[in-house]
Order: sequence, then C-alpha cells, then structure tokens
Amino acid sequence: MQKIGVFVCWCGSNIAATVDVAKVIESVKAIPDVAFASDYRYMCSEGGQDLMQNAIREHGLTRVVVCACSPRMHEATFRKAAEAAGLNPFLLEIANIREQCSWVHKDKEVGTEKAIALAKAAIAKVRFNSPLQAGQSEVVKRALVIGGGIAGIQTALDIAEAGYKVDLVEKKPSIGGRMSQLDKTFPTLDCSACILTPKMVDVAAHPNVTIYTYSEIEKVSGYVGQFEVDIRKRARSVKADLCTGCGVCQDKCPSKKTPNEFNQGLDNRSAIYITFAQAVPKVPVIDREHCLKFQTGKCGICEKVCPSKAIDYTQEDEIITQKYGAIVLATGFETIDLTKFGEYQYGKSKDVITSLEFERLTNAAGPTEGHLQRMSDGKQPKHIVFVSCVGSRDVSGRGKEYCSKICCMYTAKQAMLTREKYPDTDVTVFYIDVRTPGKGFDEFYRRAVEEYNVHYIKGQVGKILEQGDHLLVYASDALSNSHISLEADMVVLATAIQPSQDAKKLATMLTASIDNNNFFTEAHAKLRPVESPTAGVFLSGVCQGPKDVPETVSQAGAAAVKVLGILSKDTLATNPCVASCNERICSGCLACENVCPYGAIGGEEKTVINLNGKREQRVVSVVNEALCQGCGACTVACPCGAMDLNGFSNKQITAEVDAIC
Amino acid sequence: MLESEACENTNYNPLIVAFCCNWCSYAGADGAGTARKSYPANIKIIKVPCSCRVNPLFVLRAFLRGADGVILCGCHPGDCHYTSGNYYTRRRMKLLMSTLSYLGIEDGRMRVEWVSAAEGNKFSETMNSFAETIKSLGENVKLRDLRCKK
Repeated sequence: MQKIGVFVCWCGSNIAATVDVAKVIESVKAIPDVAFASDYRYMCSEGGQDLMQNAIREHGLTRVVVCACSPRMHEATFRKAAEAAGLNPFLLEIANIREQCSWVHKDKEVGTEKAIALAKAAIAKVRFNSPLQAGQSEVVKRALVIGGGIAGIQTALDIAEAGYKVDLVEKKPSIGGRMSQLDKTFPTLDCSACILTPKMVDVAAHPNVTIYTYSEIEKVSGYVGQFEVDIRKRARSVKADLCTGCGVCQDKCPSKKTPNEFNQGLDNRSAIYITFAQAVPKVPVIDREHCLKFQTGKCGICEKVCPSKAIDYTQEDEIITQKYGAIVLATGFETIDLTKFGEYQYGKSKDVITSLEFERLTNAAGPTEGHLQRMSDGKQPKHIVFVSCVGSRDVSGRGKEYCSKICCMYTAKQAMLTREKYPDTDVTVFYIDVRTPGKGFDEFYRRAVEEYNVHYIKGQVGKILEQGDHLLVYASDALSNSHISLEADMVVLATAIQPSQDAKKLATMLTASIDNNNFFTEAHAKLRPVESPTAGVFLSGVCQGPKDVPETVSQAGAAAVKVLGILSKDTLATNPCVASCNERICSGCLACENVCPYGAIGGEEKTVINLNGKREQRVVSVVNEALCQGCGACTVACPCGAMDLNGFSNKQITAEVDAIC
Repeated sequence: MLESEACENTNYNPLIVAFCCNWCSYAGADGAGTARKSYPANIKIIKVPCSCRVNPLFVLRAFLRGADGVILCGCHPGDCHYTSGNYYTRRRMKLLMSTLSYLGIEDGRMRVEWVSAAEGNKFSETMNSFAETIKSLGENVKLRDLRCKK
C-alpha cells in the first residue's frame, strides 16, 4: 500500500480565486492511498517546501503530488525538495492547475471540478512512478558560438576570458556583424567602429578563441555536454596563412560590378574583396559567382599580382567536426524586404533609402566617404524626411506586428547628426509613437527636438511620389487631424528588423524552438531569458528579440555565464526518463532500432529468462542510456510491449487516461 | 442517447483528452494559460515527452472509457525536439484514423494538430474549435464500453 501526499498550492490568488482549494483537498482525501493532503498559500516558498518535507518525513509518504503551476515552472524545485526529505525525486508528479485550469477557466465551480480531475489523474499516474537514478555524462569543455556580430563576439570573449576554449563561427568573410556597418551609436554617439573593432581584434587574438569565418553550420548532433557539430569552412580561394591583407588583388581585379553587401548595395565591389578596412581576419575571399577566372577560365590577375602567392583557385570547402559542451546562437538580424510597401517608392526612387543604407551613406568608410548626398544626382539633400515604423507594429500582414525597438532611437540619432553636420538641412520625422525607454534615451530624443530643431510630426506617411527631382511626401498629421504634403530631397525609412534567414535552419538542426516571427524562443520569458528550451543551447542578441547594442552586450554576457555553468562541471546528470526493454518479453524483432532517432538501441545476444521461466539464448533490444533522449518513439513501434519509457510508462499514461475518462 | 438528441441538448459537455508533447504543445498550453486564453474545461491535458510517445492504444483506451474526442498535439513538422518524432506521429495517426473510420467512428473525433511553444493563441483556438466539432458530433456511443467504468 502506498502513502500518497497531495499538496495544493493557492499561488496567492492565482489558483485560489478560481479553484476552491478546500474542496480539492476534501476530494483527494477520499481517494484510497492518499495518506496526507494539505494546502499552502505558496507551495514553492520556503514555508511550502518545509510543509512538504515535514509531511514526507512524518507520514512516511512514498509518493507526492503537487497541484500547482506548470511543471515547466517548478517541477525541478519540488523534486529537489522531495529529494532533500529522502524521497526519490521521480516519485513526485505535478498537476498543472494554474496554467491549465485557474488561468483559463473563470467559473469557480468549473475550475474546481477540473482541478480535482487533474489532481486525480496525477495521483493515478504517480502510483506507477518508479524511483529513477540520473546517470552521469561527461562535459566537453569547449563552446560553440554561432554568429560573429557584437553578440557572438562578446559571448566568445567572456567564455574565453574565463579560461575555456570557444569557437566562433561566422557566415560572412569577416566578423563584426551589423554593428560594423553602423556609423555612430546612440545615445552616446560613439563611433561604432571605434568601440567594436578593438573587440574584434581582442577576440581574434585571444588564445582560447578559434574563429571560423566564411563558414556555416552543416550538421548538429548530440546533447548538452556532448554536441557534435560539422562546420563547413567555405573555400576563400585565398591562403589565409600567406595573405598579408595588402589589398592589391582587389584593386587590380577587373570584375568590379558586384553590389557591395557591406554598403547595402549602394556601391560595387570587386570579385575578390575584403569586406571592409578593419575586417577580421583581413583576408580577402573570391566570390566565385562573379570571378572571371571561375566563370570564364580567363583572367587570373589576382594570382599574378599577389606578392605573397596567397591566391589558390583550387581550394575546396572543408568540413570541420568538433565536439562542444554548449552552443550559443547569436545569429542577429536583417532588415525586412520592402517590396510590399510600394507606396514609399523604395527601389523605384534612388532617394528613398533604408536607415541602414543611411548609416553607410554617413559613414566615413562608406560609398560617399561620409558625405551625405543623394544617390540619384550626388547633390546634398536640403530636406530629409524620416519615416518611422516602416513595417514595424504593422497588423496589415505586410510587415511585422512587433516593435523593432531600435528605430526610434536611431532615427533621433540620424536626424540629430544630420542637423549637426548640415545645419541648413531641414529634417522632419513622422512617427506613430516615440518610444525611448532606456538610460539617457528620452533625454537624447528631447535634444534632437529641442537643441537640433528636428521637426517631429505624429502621423503616418501614406504615399510618396516622385516629382521632378524631388519627392512629395503625403502624410497625416494626427494632432491637427489634417492631411499634409511636403517636399523632400531624401526619404529615410526606419525599416523593421527580423531575425536572420538562417535562424529557421539552425532551429531545426539544434531543435531549438522559434516563434511565429522566427525569433528563437527562450525557456522562460522572465526567468530564463537566455536559455533555449533545449538544454545546452543559449541565446545571445537580436536572434531572441529586438535589442540595441547595450542590451545585446548584457545578454551576451549572460549567455556566456550560462555556458560557463556547464563547462565548469566535469559531468552532468542525465535525464533518467529513458527507454528500457523488458528482455523477458522482447522478441528481438528490433523494430525499435529502426525508429530510434539517436541510434541508441541495438540488438544483443543475451541469456534471458522467458515468460515460462525458462532460460534461453536470443537477441534482445538493448538501450544505450547515455544516447537515449527519451522521446518514446520505440515504445509505440514495439509490437509486444517490451519497450517502455521511464517516467512516461504505458501503465502511467493509461492510468492517467483512465482517471480522466 | 441518440446523436441528434445530444446535439439538441445544450448541456451536453463532451469529454476530451488532449495529449500534448512536452516541448511544443504543452508549453503552448501554458502560453494559453499565461495569456488567459480560455478553452472549455472538459478538455484535460496529458503530458507526453513527444507526440510519438502516444500509442494508438492510448487513444482507443480513451474512446473505450467514454471520451468523446481525442486530440494529439505536437511540434510543427520539422521542429520536433527529437528531430523526427512528429513524423512518426503523423504516419501512425493517419493509420489509426483510417482504422477508426473503418470502425465507424466519425471523422473529426480524433485530431492531430501542430502547436508550437509560442502559439498560446493557436492552442486555445484549436481547443475551442475541436470542442465545437465534438459537440456537433455528439456523444461517442460507438466505442464506449461501459464495462470499463467498473
């Protein structure tokens, strides 16, 4: 006979307001084997845990059910508490009466009835729980950071500084990411390159960091502590160890008509190119698609002019396989495609540009060497209109429903810097709301308005038309409730940002989940904001949600700390909820082996005692517990019911079904 | 009770079992809770590590015990935490459904849906729509085995 203890949490009023806790207690007490039932205002608090531990000891409880919030929230808390009181932690079950009951049902009678039903199901299940022991798996003391922008750089540096090896993988030929494209950063107006490039140099020079640029993740397998990753190091066609980065090759390259991605396509680059002057590593790559040598077989000029014989047309992609203890995703963002926003004439008029293009236009290393001029005729614009929320907070389905968060501030920055450098240029900003929560942010915005006389108009731009050599901007003025039109020489669109296209691919490879907008989902929005739901996979920067530079840097550090929490351990406790085979009834058909996604099951010849009590020699399934991740695919494939899953056994689930129905 | 009578009986409250995978749909259900997106209380969730843990026998068991509908929720195809578990689910449940229709169980009494951890709204909408379907189908009389209750 078992002694089951049931503990019902009020969660303040979160549960107690819609669930009659006393009635739940009364109902469960009537169930055979329930030896103790009690409630508490906050079961997860010290007092609540004490109550549970005392009851386990005093009443000799053999099983525990906690009716409280989601097990995703506090299952670990309660299991730890039970263990401290001498109970095997896996003899405890949670009935989720908050997220799945009190929060979704308003009627107290209905809520109470459902809470009782959920408690009964958990009690039915827990009877069949068996004590489980977590195994140990070794930790590979090396981390992988995917994405070499400021987020990835900072995470890699923090891990390396703590004394652990870290590999930084970047898809582009240089690390630096979006931040390297920016001119100045708000609200301090530091030059972006001046604060970023020293970090790029630091990370490249750090003895614990290995950087793979022009590289992509090809394959990921394994689990926390033991990930195995294939990195495709794409052929640069340049020997990095010989190249001095002198740049003669790109000067002499005859193929110079490829849109320069770094300058957002505002100018062209050569087929062999170094992304930007401060690139790390400062080694060019040959863009084979646009290289005459690769396309026509003729040319080969770069090879002839290279003083250090570094050009290698025969170089091939290389696959590097490495093991890691933890992985950090720092894949960053891009601006959304504006083809659906025809009313702004983007792509039709050269003088309608995105804010990221504006950054390149005003950057001293940009296509115009920092001189603000129209892309159509090279003239300096006398009136610039900035349009905020282009594709952000858009419920029409053309853009993104979320706020891109950084646009209000960079628009204020761009407007302010324009007025500072070109005081005779008139600047107007159209906005829905100006959102400036952040240290020194609102002061910064007010400076743009008050000191720099930037005209802020609350209203949306409906249409932009080309008229002669300038643009006509039609907009609403929400405060005077009128329609206005004004002439502009240049229009800058504060374009919404979205996660990098690679996020989805990586999410699949890493089984890290993403939301509807392709941002990586965190394990808990408030309490575990840098962890993905997949153990050992962490999130850094905008790949998790829109962020500015300071927020990105702090999250990058937080992700590094989480990685260190893993790397500093020699072993990790494994999940004991793995498959197990009842050898007595296993027929050795190995249907389970075929469905196992982890190769954790194999046939082995063994001496087993069959159901008739006879000893026999035959092949049976054997589960490798270190490899098994506990999905349960094998349990359903097994025709004789020999394969079962710890923690979610056939008996446990059937008991739950029976209790509910 | 005849099915048509069940439809007319507004108090008819179908019993629905929802199997939810731990990584996506169970989290989606939590998301519905956090956002206070309600759905009928007669839907009871059973947590499984992966949708592929759900043995068709569990579904049949629920029907035998008197469930009026069974819904199985997992991660979107391609997003399975265990890489390929939901593909097994998709194939197995397809077979189960054809078996059910062979047995004369109405289409729609058993449903498979993909709900991600971020889709609290979708979870609630899915549950509401499923409950509507079951309500219109009426009570499960075909498979219910009253001996099971004893």
